[in-house]
Amino acid sequence: MAKKIVTALVGAAVLGLGATAAQADTLGDVKAKGFVQCGVNGSNLAGFGAQDSAGNWAGLDVDLCKAVAAAVFGDATKVKYTPLSAKDRFPALQSGEIDILARNTTWSVSRDSQLGFDFRAVNYYDGQGFMVKKELGVKSALELSGASVCVQSGTTTELNLADYFRANNMDFKPVVFEAQDEADAAYNAGRCDAYTTDASGLYSIRLKMANPDDHMVLPEIISKEPLGPAVRQNDSKWFDIVTWSHYAMVAAEEFGITTANVEEMKKSANPDIKRFLGEEADSTIGADLGLPKDWAVQIIKAVGNYGESFERNVGEGSPLKIARGLNGLWTKGGLQYAPPIR
Amino acid sequence: MALADARTGSGEPPKVSLLYNPALRSIVYQVVTLVVIVAAVWYAWNNVVQNLARANMTAGFGFLNSRAGFDLAQTLIAYSSDSTYFRALQVGLINTLVVAAAGIVTATIVGLLVGIGRLSHNWLIARLCTVYVEIFRNIPPLLVIFFWYLGVLALLPSIRTIFQHVKDDPNAVFFISNRGIYMPAPIFGEGFGVVLAAFVIGIIAAIGFTIWANARQRATGKRPPVLWVNLGLILLFPLIVFVAVGSPLSLDYAVPGSFNMKGGMVIGPEFLALYLALSLYTASFIAEIVRAGIRGVSKGQSEASYALGLRPGQATRLVVLPQALRIIIPPLTSQYLNLIKNSSLAVAVGYADLVAVGGTILNQSGKSIEIISIWMLIYVSISLITSLFMNWFNAKMALVER
Repeated sequence: MAKKIVTALVGAAVLGLGATAAQADTLGDVKAKGFVQCGVNGSNLAGFGAQDSAGNWAGLDVDLCKAVAAAVFGDATKVKYTPLSAKDRFPALQSGEIDILARNTTWSVSRDSQLGFDFRAVNYYDGQGFMVKKELGVKSALELSGASVCVQSGTTTELNLADYFRANNMDFKPVVFEAQDEADAAYNAGRCDAYTTDASGLYSIRLKMANPDDHMVLPEIISKEPLGPAVRQNDSKWFDIVTWSHYAMVAAEEFGITTANVEEMKKSANPDIKRFLGEEADSTIGADLGLPKDWAVQIIKAVGNYGESFERNVGEGSPLKIARGLNGLWTKGGLQYAPPIR
Repeated sequence: MALADARTGSGEPPKVSLLYNPALRSIVYQVVTLVVIVAAVWYAWNNVVQNLARANMTAGFGFLNSRAGFDLAQTLIAYSSDSTYFRALQVGLINTLVVAAAGIVTATIVGLLVGIGRLSHNWLIARLCTVYVEIFRNIPPLLVIFFWYLGVLALLPSIRTIFQHVKDDPNAVFFISNRGIYMPAPIFGEGFGVVLAAFVIGIIAAIGFTIWANARQRATGKRPPVLWVNLGLILLFPLIVFVAVGSPLSLDYAVPGSFNMKGGMVIGPEFLALYLALSLYTASFIAEIVRAGIRGVSKGQSEASYALGLRPGQATRLVVLPQALRIIIPPLTSQYLNLIKNSSLAVAVGYADLVAVGGTILNQSGKSIEIISIWMLIYVSISLITSLFMNWFNAKMALVER
């Protein structure tokens, strides 16, 4: 708690006394300090932001941070991570403590406007679900009337939960925790009947349980949770770089460019691919973004295309084994779609 | 006079440079300090407003009237997700006050008993009290909270076990589970107000009787049976009224629902963990303060009381404790303030106190500066009010010289 208050106070202090530069120039600041400060999930959310036993960060959100570092510096290791709780994350970004918030954060209109952030890229289309112990015999979220539900405070989840039960004329008892780990422990100890968070998170938390097979995720998805990176408002240059770093990963998958074949693809005859990879003679895409010419190549070399990153972190190549579903390419019935890079 | 004349050579005050004029100096220092403080505050505030404006955010407390949208687990006043942020903060404040008040009362009682216990001539009692103090005084309060929440309350029977128990014993009305303690809730019928009024009248009458009895004892040396008369006035009189108006009280029993017990009254494990941890943690400090206070009274005082024929209990109550209280009260105030502030550790176990609720609002609305100001203002107010009360109590207990 003390840490959180300190973060908030520092946030307030920085808002109040620091930063007197006339126009925000995060790209300039990042280049000057030589690394990207990235806010990620502090509760070890496997697949999105988690540290392995050696202290290396991995996950879909972490890959996005690495992609930005690769685009700016040509070196994906030039990232420093700030682990954040759901509650700390917004003051941390507002105060300038971090440059990017990539912490499975839902894009909503109030966060976009009222909190002073900008969202555009969505690196995971999620939705809120419920997990219960199989022994309860519950088959649908609509059977949960009267249940105690564990939820993390300060999330859109907490709001959707209230709305969903109200809309269905059901009653529930919230058991609210600030840290996800504490919510996990309480659910595990039988303090609650159900656990609610984004479906991806439920799969990740289920794996942490002593016996994952005793738990099941209910079929209902009660909300839209487009998760994506957020940056401070009024810095469109930096916003563009973060957004297009994600789109570059998606575009690479559309073009079929992978970490393995990126050098080869540079020689491709396809003008779209040549332009994308900075091989066109008079290409100014990189320069216009404020990045080196080969920015997309660096991203793909560092983290691969979106499909590769997805499979490695949350898909078949990971313990989570989440299907592409909504996160498939638009050409394959999903929602991942990169605007034209030209 | 002669001396002064001899030094200056005349009756006029000595001429010193304005620079060394003490009165002028002190005024200048104060004005400069004031200007610096005002300028700093103005600069900070101005910067906040400018920076917020640049981030397209506004400063102000208007957001408190927006719909909260989240539910709270422990609510003592009407609250739903349709209520405002302001209402949510009120719920949080009440929860903070409840746990702080309950904690202070319990910590004082436990602390007093343990503190006196440590001075006991009984070896076992004295050692047990020492062990208690040394354990709780030396563990961080957060760990004590976790100990109760995860180490004790989480291990109580699950709600399913309780359901099974109710099947076996349908007459059970009191249940202890890892979701809290369930008990029957009183439902006050029509006319219960009369009983309450009778209770209040009983208390007032008891106070009056005690004053009269004291006066009579001073006048005649005989003490009327104060205890029995007062018990009758406070308990029996309202009870007679209660029966007379037709027993306007029924009980609402907790019965198994779909997932939880329905009806009845429940004290949640979050409150219990926090309350027990705060009480027992602070009690260990209060015990030491009480012990120090009693030790601080000279031994001659109790010896003199015995010489006057007072029994040991009377000597402690009438002679030693009143003097010890003067030593005890000031540090006791600090412990009360600590307990109030430590109640903000509630977030660790999800008790909806002021900090937990405020934190949620902070996150949903993004109003960090406003929420932090509200937190600070409320904690300062609660602490100052507590201090004022304790200072008044201290003044009342102070040595009155006649």
